[in-house]
Amino acid sequence: MNALYSEMQWLPRAPRDFAERLKALQNSAGPLGRELQALALHALDLNQLTKLAKAIGKARPEATAGGKSLEPLVPFRLAVLSNSTIDLIVPALVASSARHGIALEVIQPSYDQVAQEALTPDSKVNSSKPDAVLLAIDYRALPLKLSLGDPEASFATVQGVIGYLQALGGGIKANSNAVCIFQTFASPVETLFGSMDCALPGTLRSLIDGINRTLTEHVLGSGDVLLDVAGLAETVGLADWHNTQLWNMAKFSFSDELIPLYADHVARTVAALRGKSAKVLILDLDNTVWGGVIGDDGLEGIKVAQGDARGEAHLAVQRLALDLRQRGIVLAVSSKNTDEVAREPFEKHPEMLLKLDHIAVFQANWNDKATNIQAIAEELSLGLDAMVFLDDNPVERGLVRKLLPQVSVPELPDDPAYYARTLAAAGYFEAVAFAAEDLKRAGFYQDNAKRADLQKQVGGVDAYLASLDMTITFQPFDATGRARIVQLINKSNQYNLTTRRYTDPEVAAAEDDPEVFTLQVRLADIFGDNGMISVVICRPDENGVWQIDTWLMSCRVLGRKVEHMVLREILHHARAAGVHELRGTYRPTDRNKLVVDHYARLGFTKVDEDGSGATHWELFVEGGELESAPMKVVSKGFSAAGEKSHA
Amino acid sequence: MVLIARNRGLFEIELRRAKEGIVRMDEAQIYARLAGIFEDVFDEDSIEITPELSAKDVDGWDSLTHIRLILTIEKAFKIKFSTSEIGKLQNVGDLVTLIKTRAE
Repeated sequence: MNALYSEMQWLPRAPRDFAERLKALQNSAGPLGRELQALALHALDLNQLTKLAKAIGKARPEATAGGKSLEPLVPFRLAVLSNSTIDLIVPALVASSARHGIALEVIQPSYDQVAQEALTPDSKVNSSKPDAVLLAIDYRALPLKLSLGDPEASFATVQGVIGYLQALGGGIKANSNAVCIFQTFASPVETLFGSMDCALPGTLRSLIDGINRTLTEHVLGSGDVLLDVAGLAETVGLADWHNTQLWNMAKFSFSDELIPLYADHVARTVAALRGKSAKVLILDLDNTVWGGVIGDDGLEGIKVAQGDARGEAHLAVQRLALDLRQRGIVLAVSSKNTDEVAREPFEKHPEMLLKLDHIAVFQANWNDKATNIQAIAEELSLGLDAMVFLDDNPVERGLVRKLLPQVSVPELPDDPAYYARTLAAAGYFEAVAFAAEDLKRAGFYQDNAKRADLQKQVGGVDAYLASLDMTITFQPFDATGRARIVQLINKSNQYNLTTRRYTDPEVAAAEDDPEVFTLQVRLADIFGDNGMISVVICRPDENGVWQIDTWLMSCRVLGRKVEHMVLREILHHARAAGVHELRGTYRPTDRNKLVVDHYARLGFTKVDEDGSGATHWELFVEGGELESAPMKVVSKGFSAAGEKSHA
Repeated sequence: MVLIARNRGLFEIELRRAKEGIVRMDEAQIYARLAGIFEDVFDEDSIEITPELSAKDVDGWDSLTHIRLILTIEKAFKIKFSTSEIGKLQNVGDLVTLIKTRAE
């Protein structure tokens, strides 16, 4: 099993003295909610959850002897209707809810009494006036008759199941007015035909897919709530989710090892119904938003570029933060840095996805982070329990957890590749509704509209390219881009005409030489920023001809006419510099066959071929402009005369 | 012996060595580990673990707690029992015999 999920690795490990601390609580007099929640905020196994639930039961004010208060936990009554064995799940639900600030009381009717409980006005469930009813139904309880290859019978089966679920929901609504939490159904792993099961009507797989799709459509916007068990099961793996032995032996709907994870997901949903989901994401900067330390490594040294594994990991954190912002989560920064140093990458680094205007509160100073987080909460007029704090440093995490226990602080693994996934897996921002007012930013609709357009337009390659809404950006080499330039020069093998490798000082020398023409090229499209994707170096020879020393491109942007646009840009600058001729060389290696015709395709004339297989090409600068390919061109950092601005 | 074996870290080492066939897991070690597991599952530290001990002797040892007990044992000893093996268990003695054959 994937331990991130099965062991809930965003939570700190349970303390060794967990059982002792739990016992000690029984002698404590005051309200126990805070301390129970603190214990619940660890990764707990089923036995530990069971013990914690027992302690919560004893502490309830209405408990017969020795009952205390569970404040500040918020009470919630949840009835669970199920056709499988949930007896071991119920204590896990109670304990996991404490983790999310809820004092949960579970109403559990007799086994397999789903319809009776929902439809009878004075049933145990309906008469207990629950706040919500969880319909924890397993696919094995549904009337799923196989109807292989028969779309009509399949449709009827799906509609029958949906009708049954709606009748249950209607009964609950009419008799107790509780919110229904509908679960999607986890498909079994055993196929009948194999891959075709997902396409052929009437297989178990396509029936369940159909039920899930129809169910989710009905629930969305109905006032009821979804618990995507199918998605959860797929995330951990269906083969690990389903445990046939436990089903046969005791009618467990899924593996015992995943009960803590499932219970946490139910608890998130309940907490979201009570408005307890987090609203703010507070980001550390160094080694969280980018790799490296801005104060030490400088703008050129931090890792935040496409094409660099560490850089991409941190960009994934930025992308998740931006996406969360789009759905209405507020972003803030808490960093130990000098303010202007911390702001520099946001303002100047071309690969940063996050910009300063995405950040609602920017706290970069040398105060401790707890103080900063408190300041952020005050500035936003939100409670500390609405805050999530993401920091790679275990010391900072520990400090904030200790001083501000209401703030959610996920544990992070050593490898930043898993930061974004871990944050998402923790589910701090669980939502049960998505209202129009969450969508203050128009970006969402724009993006969707763009994708729809894209589907319509794909017909010819040019139309497709046009629909990508590309922006190509040309700049001369500079210090900010240098790390990526050096990396591309030393890494690119396929789309590389000469495969000349240069060190950082050599690239810096080209950057500073006013005679040398250099280009760094970036490409963005509707799917995002591809970062720097092409590099060119031209050196004038004694006749004033530009020798194309280096021309390389990332294969990710093949077929986008980028090379065409790069040539257009080179010609533009050559003309401005009074250069009359370009000369290019193709030096074959065992990896760059791809570009053997590069110059021929761009209209160069072959002038020479030598024994090593290298070919030499020329192109005269005279003549009109090359036609533009469908993309927006941004050319910056060049002086008006075509010389480098800093030269 | 019992005190040492109840230390979980040491138990893990012993268990690994037993699985690799370096040493045999002896009954005393298994009983000691079971004592910790019973305490964990039943939330009760006064249960005396003997070969004759069975469900009727322990408060709260119902069919569901039995499953939780078996699952915890499987996890602790890193073994899986078959459905029929679980069905045949009558008392702690049977359980220890089963664990012993599996840990070898």
